[in-house]
Amino acid sequence: MYDFAYHRPKTMAEATAALKGKPEARPMSGGMTLIPTLKQRLAKPSDVVDLNGIKELAGIKVDGSGVTVGAMTRHADVASSADVKGAIPALADLAGHIGDPAVRNRGTMGGSVANNDPAADYPAAVLGLDATVTTTSRTIKADDFFKGLFETALEDGELITSITFPKAEKAGYMKFPNPASRYAMVGVFVAKTAGGVRVAVTGAGPCVFRVKAMEDALARNFSADAIKDIKVPADGLNSDIHGSAEYRAHLVTVMARRAVDQANK
Amino acid sequence: MTAETGIGARVKRKEDQRFLTGTGRYVDDLPLARATYAYFLRSPHAHAKIKSIDTGAAKAMPGVVEIFTGKDTADAKVGGLICGWVVKGKDGQPHKAPPHPVMALDTVRYVGDTVAMVVANSADEARDAAEAIKVDYEVKPANVDLAKAFDKGTPEVHAEAPGNLIYDWEIGVKADVDAAFAKAAHVTKLDLVNNRLIPNAMEPRAAAAEYDKGTGNYTLWSTSQNPHVLRLILSAFVLGIPEHKLRVIAPDVGGGFGSKIFCYNEETMVTWAASRVGRPIKWTAERAESFMTDAHGRDHVTHAELALDKDGKFLGLKVDTIANMGAYLSTFSTAVPTYLYATLLAGQYTTPVIHANVRAALTHTAPVDAYRGAGRPEATFVIESIVSKAAAELKMDPAELRRKNFIPADAFPYQTPVALQYDSGNYPPIIDEAMKMADYKGFESRRAEAKSRGKLRGIGFSSYIEACGLGPSRVIGQLGGGVGQWESAQIKFNPTGNVQILTGAHSHGQSHETTFAQLVSDKLGVPIENVEVVHGDTATTPFGMGSYGSRSLAVGGSAIMKAADKVIAKGKKIAAHLMEADVADVVFEQGTFKVAGTDKNVPLGAAVFAAYVPHNYPLEELEPGMDENAFYDPSNFVYPAGTQICEVEVDPETGVVEVVNHTAVDDFGNIINPMIVEGQVHGGIVQGVGQALMENAVYDKETGQLVSGSYMDYTMPRADDVPSFKLGNKVTPCPHNPLGVKGCGEAGAIAAPAAVMNAVHDALAPLGVTHVPMPATPQTVWQAIHGGK
Repeated sequence: MYDFAYHRPKTMAEATAALKGKPEARPMSGGMTLIPTLKQRLAKPSDVVDLNGIKELAGIKVDGSGVTVGAMTRHADVASSADVKGAIPALADLAGHIGDPAVRNRGTMGGSVANNDPAADYPAAVLGLDATVTTTSRTIKADDFFKGLFETALEDGELITSITFPKAEKAGYMKFPNPASRYAMVGVFVAKTAGGVRVAVTGAGPCVFRVKAMEDALARNFSADAIKDIKVPADGLNSDIHGSAEYRAHLVTVMARRAVDQANK
Repeated sequence: MTAETGIGARVKRKEDQRFLTGTGRYVDDLPLARATYAYFLRSPHAHAKIKSIDTGAAKAMPGVVEIFTGKDTADAKVGGLICGWVVKGKDGQPHKAPPHPVMALDTVRYVGDTVAMVVANSADEARDAAEAIKVDYEVKPANVDLAKAFDKGTPEVHAEAPGNLIYDWEIGVKADVDAAFAKAAHVTKLDLVNNRLIPNAMEPRAAAAEYDKGTGNYTLWSTSQNPHVLRLILSAFVLGIPEHKLRVIAPDVGGGFGSKIFCYNEETMVTWAASRVGRPIKWTAERAESFMTDAHGRDHVTHAELALDKDGKFLGLKVDTIANMGAYLSTFSTAVPTYLYATLLAGQYTTPVIHANVRAALTHTAPVDAYRGAGRPEATFVIESIVSKAAAELKMDPAELRRKNFIPADAFPYQTPVALQYDSGNYPPIIDEAMKMADYKGFESRRAEAKSRGKLRGIGFSSYIEACGLGPSRVIGQLGGGVGQWESAQIKFNPTGNVQILTGAHSHGQSHETTFAQLVSDKLGVPIENVEVVHGDTATTPFGMGSYGSRSLAVGGSAIMKAADKVIAKGKKIAAHLMEADVADVVFEQGTFKVAGTDKNVPLGAAVFAAYVPHNYPLEELEPGMDENAFYDPSNFVYPAGTQICEVEVDPETGVVEVVNHTAVDDFGNIINPMIVEGQVHGGIVQGVGQALMENAVYDKETGQLVSGSYMDYTMPRADDVPSFKLGNKVTPCPHNPLGVKGCGEAGAIAAPAAVMNAVHDALAPLGVTHVPMPATPQTVWQAIHGGK
């Protein structure tokens, strides 16, 4: 990796200060993407601001309306949290199937959501549950947060502090893993909350997206049968050696049905 | 020796103490004072002319010691890498042998080709400097699609091989096969691609070299499967360093699967440059380099036809194969699709006439060479796929069709129509046992049950034969092989009675330290903890050929037994002297020399002590010491055989194939350590399942970029991809080696792909699917079901 200045702030204020005015500085949470990228010399940040020393960023809180997960909360902690399992079991289940044990014990929800990898799992939950992303300067609704391939609404130096998920009446997540990387090739999160029904798809396109036709059908009848004939167009979906756009489009329907079945269990 | 540690015992691996506690010593672990570090700048293009290389700025970078390019090695008259097996084509001419410079001169021929070597005080500084080297490339069109390699207009890889043809080779008499086909009641035809694989040893290739100015001696530590052969090649052909001035050490090596047999650019350059820079040089491949530059495996395009009579007896087999050599001929590349492939096309069957035509092609891809099984998995895949396809077409039970054509037990030794003479075997009991273990009878009810869950269940057979433990050397020489095929062993007793076995074989996962110790412990009655196996160092072990082709036990173990016989013979003379008996009356039983019918005895340890402290010793007739060596040249190949039965379930909605049952019954001859053999079979099956369902080296057909260049895109099989295997074995001892052993290292990988793919085809047959390409990835299966996209 190339040389960079390393910072390990203890507070959010210190972190923000360390990032300020440095367009080439990069915050690091779990480092599950950043570290391999650095090792392969694919990134050359001027500064790396390691958020692992900020205790206030980790932790899970539950109240009557939902679950708030601190940005630096590890996937393993989400997966094993009794609070998350009680309020939104599908979210705990999703977290328990990210990567492998090493990744789950290091990677964080905030890091994953801020990175917005098109094949990451958490964006599907954030969008599917209509979660709210809280940052160092504001709150952002899920629909406004994910902008495109590795692109979010976050401004330079703006950090996620927590994500709040509304309680779900029903929710399910089904992932079709890429055979090689086991990232989501197609992952579908379906949820029925007080706000309505949502279907969010990760892995298939350049950025997580919703399928309105499925949401409308499920709002009328929350069953797998209700969406079995709804296809997403292949146009614009990802295509690689593991899955053509057509195959991914097909899998969206299959995984959506299975996610609904999961949610109805 | 005691039953707990002797032949046939499940002795726990001696080497695991260090491997499981992280105390193994690999090349990269080596501490070398004043070491420098090498980084290789590699071609980003599949095919380009190098117009210029400017190393000026890079040489001025911090920590840089020296930078070498192809011009430097050419000026120093460094030889090119060699291909050590000369295959003669139909025209009687030796194969085309284009040059293989250790560093690219004016042209790069695959992504990863070596362009410059930077030597610096640290690996990071070497890499920093490599990024500052300016190379001006003129990018040219690449030849990447194997099926089109010989087409007019396809870019040529080397001017020395017009039309990209390395050889056009055949075996068998085509007219005889055509005559057999004319009489056929049924002909089954098959087109298939044997997918290209990347070896993925756990330890990447590494090399470290040191030059001692005082003595003029070089030492190379390399991740080699055969250090003596590497030394021989470097000395005699490439670097010209006399053999006695070059020591090659292959310490603990973390897996090879064939990819570490060959002599590579990097270890050559590290050795050569060590004397130029006057400091030791270390290099360890990064994983991305392993993907790009380790010799790949398989990669055939084949058309085959099988002729059958009305009863299902095989009348003849025709095979036409294009084999990918990559951009340069690797060390044994030419032999793999000929003498290790086409000679196996009889399989377990009495097919009376066979003709195979193999054309080897150059492409702008990494070199292709032997990979676990080397030719034999490709042959097995052709035979076992076409036999199962014929059974399906004829609506015959696939086991029944196989059984009908098996070479009968009383036909051994059996001369095949493709040169090999099988020494021993008995195939029907193997398939019977496998079917029993796999509960073949119950399959249809399992299929019906799976259907009720929406799954398509299928079952597939693969009855393989392999020829391993190559030999005799005379025959290998006649076929164009450039090396001997014997193995060496030395049994060196110390005065206190413990033993070192020095072997020319090399262990990089095969457990020689345990298996070989069991042999000597059993044969000489020495406690196993008093036996040490030494391997992998040309300075300490006798010249040996190394380990590949499942040869270590059949050839190397046989050499050890020969040396042990010499120990016993000498010991008898010493014991006869000590017991004042006639040597003819001395017998050796369980570690003790005895005179039959008396209570006189001399333990082996006492005879050894007498040999080293010869105070009461027949010095007039016998040399002191107990240190015997032996060389063993096999009189034939060994022929392990077996049947695997795979059962899969396909999810027709997603195309996902799950291996739900996998049975393997093998005949490896006598077995020394069943636990180790099972481990070899497990690993082999997993690699075979990997080839069948997951692994695929994919180059972009336009640009020649390696698309599957990391674990993000190259699918390795993992523990949760396979069920617990059901393993069985039958024994027909090898009649021509002293242990009666065959070989087990490659069998799993040889048989499994066809078993899995036949199961996939069986599962999909109800949908009318007749062909699924390998690997049967979810997308591939889904496309086969849905006809496209």
